[in-house]
Amino acid sequence: MPALECKELCKNYGRTTALDRLTFSIEPGRIVGLLGPNGSGKTTLIKLANGLLTPDAGYISVCGCAPGPQSRKDISYLPERTAIPIWMSAKQLLDFYGDFYEDFRRDAAEEMLAHLNISPSQRIKQMSKGTREKVQLIVVMSRAAKLYLLDEPIGGVDPATRDYILSTIISNYNPEAAVVISTHLIADVEKVLDEVLFINQGQLVLQAGVDEIREEKGMSVDALFREVFKC
Amino acid sequence: MQWQFSNDAPIYTQLIQQIKVGIVAGVFPPGERLPSVRDLATEAGVNPNTMQRALAELERDGLVYSQRTAGRFVTEDKTMIQNAKRSLAERHIKAFLEAMFRLGFQQEEVLALLEQEMKEEGNSNASA
Repeated sequence: MPALECKELCKNYGRTTALDRLTFSIEPGRIVGLLGPNGSGKTTLIKLANGLLTPDAGYISVCGCAPGPQSRKDISYLPERTAIPIWMSAKQLLDFYGDFYEDFRRDAAEEMLAHLNISPSQRIKQMSKGTREKVQLIVVMSRAAKLYLLDEPIGGVDPATRDYILSTIISNYNPEAAVVISTHLIADVEKVLDEVLFINQGQLVLQAGVDEIREEKGMSVDALFREVFKC
Repeated sequence: MQWQFSNDAPIYTQLIQQIKVGIVAGVFPPGERLPSVRDLATEAGVNPNTMQRALAELERDGLVYSQRTAGRFVTEDKTMIQNAKRSLAERHIKAFLEAMFRLGFQQEEVLALLEQEMKEEGNSNASA
């Protein structure tokens, strides 16, 4: 059963088309890059999968279910903007996540906080933007979910932290779970991905394996992206 | 181990090459157990499935073998490792010669230059 599946998925904002008959599926055990220029529909797609938006036509399913209570259990979601209660301390946030999600691995979260030298007693309000992003990613990756939807997880952090985040994604790899990473920083994530989805103007342009692209085109995904979406 | 990747070739073939170098150079000694797929993938910063694919290919070539529960091991066959070393060397030499010919050198000139460079290298190593 696919971890994420869309069939003829459409979404409009007024007269603007965000997604246009999008059809694809993502199997468990895959780490997939969701790539496209600004305004191509990446975030809309992720919000639809989370049930934060409803489709205008077509359907989307997560592990075989339409977005709903079950899919919220299955999905661990990192929104594009930090959306954690900032009055809490890091420790309180872990308590909060532990209460909310049965699959929360507190020990994993504590280990990652320690590794990044983030004090559990520090209030999120007092943290820098980058540190807040790190904390949010830590709680998201500490869940044993079936589908991780990461909307721009590395955009706001320095290159060293970027490497740490990517290695966190690799070391948390689970053959039963799929990871979808939406980003513009293709060169940074390319080696971590199994496959990529290129979307543009709400339509699927390409779904292919990273090594398949490198083998057939003799270029990196980053180079192919620059070619396909040349301005 | 230092992992480095270029942009023009598939990642799994580059992994195969680099693990081969590791085996030939003794980073992964003969008969020793290799780190797990996940650990190797984390270290190299690559997708675990890609690492898995590279190891499966090395296994098909016989340079590594797996034991049902204990994991993957480097071959104990020294001849096989020697052959791998030889073929890696041939690749480097081929690439070097291609570059030299592109620069317009003739075979004899390449040899002469190489000899001279190696002599200088030897001298500086001896004095150092």
